[in-house]
Amino acid sequence: MRIEVNGEAHEVTSTTVAAALTELGLADARVATALNGTFVPKAARDDTRLAPGDRLEVLAPMQGG
Amino acid sequence: MRTIYGITLDTPLMLGTAQYPSPAIMAEAFRASRASVATVSLRREGGQGQAFWDIIRGLGVHVLPNTAGCYSAREAITTAQMAREVFETNWIKLEVIGHADTLQPDPFGLLEATATLAADGFEVFPYTTEDQVLAARLLDAGARVLMPWGAPIGSGLGLNNRYGLKTLRAAFPDVPMVIDAGLGLPSHAADALEMGFDAVLLNTAVVQAGDPVAMARAFALAAQAGALAHGADPMAPRDMAAPSTPVLGKAWL
Repeated sequence: MRIEVNGEAHEVTSTTVAAALTELGLADARVATALNGTFVPKAARDDTRLAPGDRLEVLAPMQGG
Repeated sequence: MRTIYGITLDTPLMLGTAQYPSPAIMAEAFRASRASVATVSLRREGGQGQAFWDIIRGLGVHVLPNTAGCYSAREAITTAQMAREVFETNWIKLEVIGHADTLQPDPFGLLEATATLAADGFEVFPYTTEDQVLAARLLDAGARVLMPWGAPIGSGLGLNNRYGLKTLRAAFPDVPMVIDAGLGLPSHAADALEMGFDAVLLNTAVVQAGDPVAMARAFALAAQAGALAHGADPMAPRDMAAPSTPVLGKAWL
């Protein structure tokens, strides 16, 4: 299905947030996830299902002031 | 120094991690500044996150994630939740921005997000103005520290409203307060600490200096001097001169 990952269109076969992260090569990355603007804790990624058109945000530590 | 969420900071300086010419200069600036807190953020994964996190952990300072760039309470709350998981801390420097030119806080969104996050176990550091009424509301909502601005973020203007800041400091004598944003010179930091603020948070003033490491050191010394001066109970200024050399015993010439 087609979803949006960090603002870019992606075609994924995964049906959960956890599987999508693995598919994107981010299974072991230090990241936090949000689906359609709502935080998805690490422990909930396996059970959080994806639907076509979903917006997935994958954020990592970055410089800040 | 007042305790901030159970932590007594070693030094009254918090330093940002953005816009350094290199990671090596950032690490050197942190050492020179003797900062006790580093601010960090979350951005879309680009492959550099783990390396940056390793550098930050190597600094041996407290980590304060921010919600920079958030324009609504909802956005800031989600960012805070994500930051708590990634950085493994309940601390959050809560920014809810109200205007793109001044980057001033949106007081309404800030209050809403503070209440929600404090109820959810976060230790909120709200980036606020010197407004005393808003400060009272933020404290009622669960904030245990306040971060009033000195001047707009990145402006380097110093303490724009000394009267307002002095009034705020006096109104809540037991609340830890950190001047966040707008400092440009070490004298601004000394001024803030002399006025009784507990710490200063800066970033741009160091990274935009020609020599960031030297400027970091200058801020460290200024903040230390200001804190020492405040503890020493400064004299009250007066309008007329008062001779410091004894008048008694002066020769009749």
